[in-house]
Amino acid sequence: MDTNSYLDMELLRFSTAGSVDDGKSTLIGRLLYDSKSIFADQYEAIEESSKRKGEENVNLALLTDGLRAEREQGITIDVAYRYFATPKRKFIIADTPGHIQYTRNMVTGASTSNLSIILVDARHGMVEQTCRHTFISSLLGIPHVVFCINKMDLVDYSEEVFEKIKDDLEAFSSKLNVKDIHFVPISALKGDNVVNKSENMDWYHGSTLMYLLENIHIGSDYNHIDCRFPVQYVIRPQSDEYHDYRGYAGRIAGGVFKPGDEVMVLPSGLTSKVKSIDTMAGSLEEAFAPMSVTLTLEDDIDISRGDMIVRENNKPEVEQDVDVMLCWLNEKKMVPRGKYAIKHTSNDARCVIKEVRYKVDINTLHRIEDDKEVGMNEIARVSIRTTKPLLYDNYSRNRFTGSLILIDEGTNETVGAAMII
Amino acid sequence: MQSYNLTHLQELEAEAIYVLREVAAQFERPALLFSGGKDSIVVAHMARKAFWPARIPFPLVHVDTGHNFPETIAFRDSFIEKLGATLVVGSVQQSIDEGKVVEEKGYNASRNALQTVTLLDTIEEHKFDCAIGGARRDEEKARAKERFFSHRDDFGQWDPKNQRPELWNIFNGKKHVGEHFRVFPISNWTEMDVWQYILQEKIEIPSIYLAHERDVFIRDGVIMSTTDFIQQRDTEPTVSMKVRFRTIGDATCTGAVESDADTIEKIIEEVAAARTTERGTRSDDKRSEAAMEDRKKQGYF
Repeated sequence: MDTNSYLDMELLRFSTAGSVDDGKSTLIGRLLYDSKSIFADQYEAIEESSKRKGEENVNLALLTDGLRAEREQGITIDVAYRYFATPKRKFIIADTPGHIQYTRNMVTGASTSNLSIILVDARHGMVEQTCRHTFISSLLGIPHVVFCINKMDLVDYSEEVFEKIKDDLEAFSSKLNVKDIHFVPISALKGDNVVNKSENMDWYHGSTLMYLLENIHIGSDYNHIDCRFPVQYVIRPQSDEYHDYRGYAGRIAGGVFKPGDEVMVLPSGLTSKVKSIDTMAGSLEEAFAPMSVTLTLEDDIDISRGDMIVRENNKPEVEQDVDVMLCWLNEKKMVPRGKYAIKHTSNDARCVIKEVRYKVDINTLHRIEDDKEVGMNEIARVSIRTTKPLLYDNYSRNRFTGSLILIDEGTNETVGAAMII
Repeated sequence: MQSYNLTHLQELEAEAIYVLREVAAQFERPALLFSGGKDSIVVAHMARKAFWPARIPFPLVHVDTGHNFPETIAFRDSFIEKLGATLVVGSVQQSIDEGKVVEEKGYNASRNALQTVTLLDTIEEHKFDCAIGGARRDEEKARAKERFFSHRDDFGQWDPKNQRPELWNIFNGKKHVGEHFRVFPISNWTEMDVWQYILQEKIEIPSIYLAHERDVFIRDGVIMSTTDFIQQRDTEPTVSMKVRFRTIGDATCTGAVESDADTIEKIIEEVAAARTTERGTRSDDKRSEAAMEDRKKQGYF
């Protein structure tokens, strides 16, 4: 790879989900191995380890086994992040386990992903866990979903089997909000259609998984329409050179900002114009999500962390009562009418749980209306009231301004992940 | 039509700067752990960018094992002066003198493990409630599960089974008195990303990262620099080789690689073709399969 081409690469974040024996670790191992992202010392270590355990082939799954507890139990217990690159893109994999008790990890991994890979065992087709993974991908607003029908080698690379599973998945996905779906028949173990095109499935004319990962259009994954700038930190150098400098530092959560733009600051409602967009390397002509920049305004307005700079004709919602889809992440159940601390964009506040409207059976998508107890790994539609107005957009419109977390005020643990409806 | 795409380095930088600003906003007394190695240099560089034109609103902390390559300390002092930041030094020698730790003896003696005590003492002495580090998830498998905001109990311990879930770009730095956080802004970077960023930003680095002639000896297949701090066996003769270092840690456990890469561009080519991970030259990781996990639980970087 020559040095300059590397400076043009894009970043794609994806998460992987699958049931216990779907071969997820093998698939990741295969992606790393076939894209030559594995170092000799890593390969030797797993080769040695496979031999010691008496395994016939080098077990690529061992590459992704993280902590000792996992190695001992042979399962993955948390989100693990992996990295590899091809000349086109750098990839960040959020590798999440598929067991039901770890829905919370899947939600965590999915929250920052552009793309979700869902593994389906060709011998079993669509099972409960497949539905769950698809639902979570849709709930978390992952823009692209790729179903990998794995273990095709064990069904004689049959086109019929693939088509049947594909039909089932399409029917199920039509009930969900997934915008971009792909299906790839693969064998992670043998390497068919992962990086290299399979010689065993000439009936398949689509892309390999790697081709999809390298070429899928991700430029529209961020919102570049609604201008949202949550103020993260106020920069006041108080030096002689920058005596009166007041810069508002933050990461653009949506839209495109330019010097001269008429803007409004919320919640105060005061208006001004963008004077400059500053970085250490110089001022910018424009800045867009997800860039981290510093804005200065023409007028001296009192602005602090938690405020949001927007356009006057395109404002976020400003409400204290919101409905959210809530995924509970903690062993301690959600307390009905309970109070929790919340974090939303750069804002801290508190909220009270007003009502659990229904829970979702994540395997069937049915609503559960008679059981309002929300425990770990459960997902519910909940109404909350916050101590101060939230400046938000619907989660489906903007993942940054539409998401919030709930924190237990006693333990300080993050106990809930909420997406505003 | 204008396309609003960032390159991967721009996106990684935007993420790191966002994390650094969250630290300044959420903690009262943060500090940036600075080893003089390339990763902490990159973090310090981005801290400068994150708060520009103001100064970095927290000090840089160097946990000094006393077993440094001479080039490292000279570089550290000039780098921090140019940065306009303040420096706090935690001394492992002082921890030894005060009897808080006992120095390892013998041929493989290293002060690497002793750093943990000095680090925790320094954090306590200065009442730091957050220590920013340059660790990356791709370095080692225990680090692959580390959070950006990593909670430590009042003994400085890491509990891998009880980590807070981290969603979207919302970071929960809430804590009780006595607890602190470790924050890793370049969690998502690889060794290659770091070198590319150094090239792109024209960041100065210590000369020992570049290939140079050096007196070395071979131990257990690893090329070690001759220093006053390591006892060489009779079977380990000193030879002169053209080498460079891929990581800079304590001189007693950081190995060199043979290399002709005397520019950043050449290093990048070398990293692209590399057959071993950079921590492959670190003997501290080779002590057991879970060496890093064990040290992290006790409060290591």
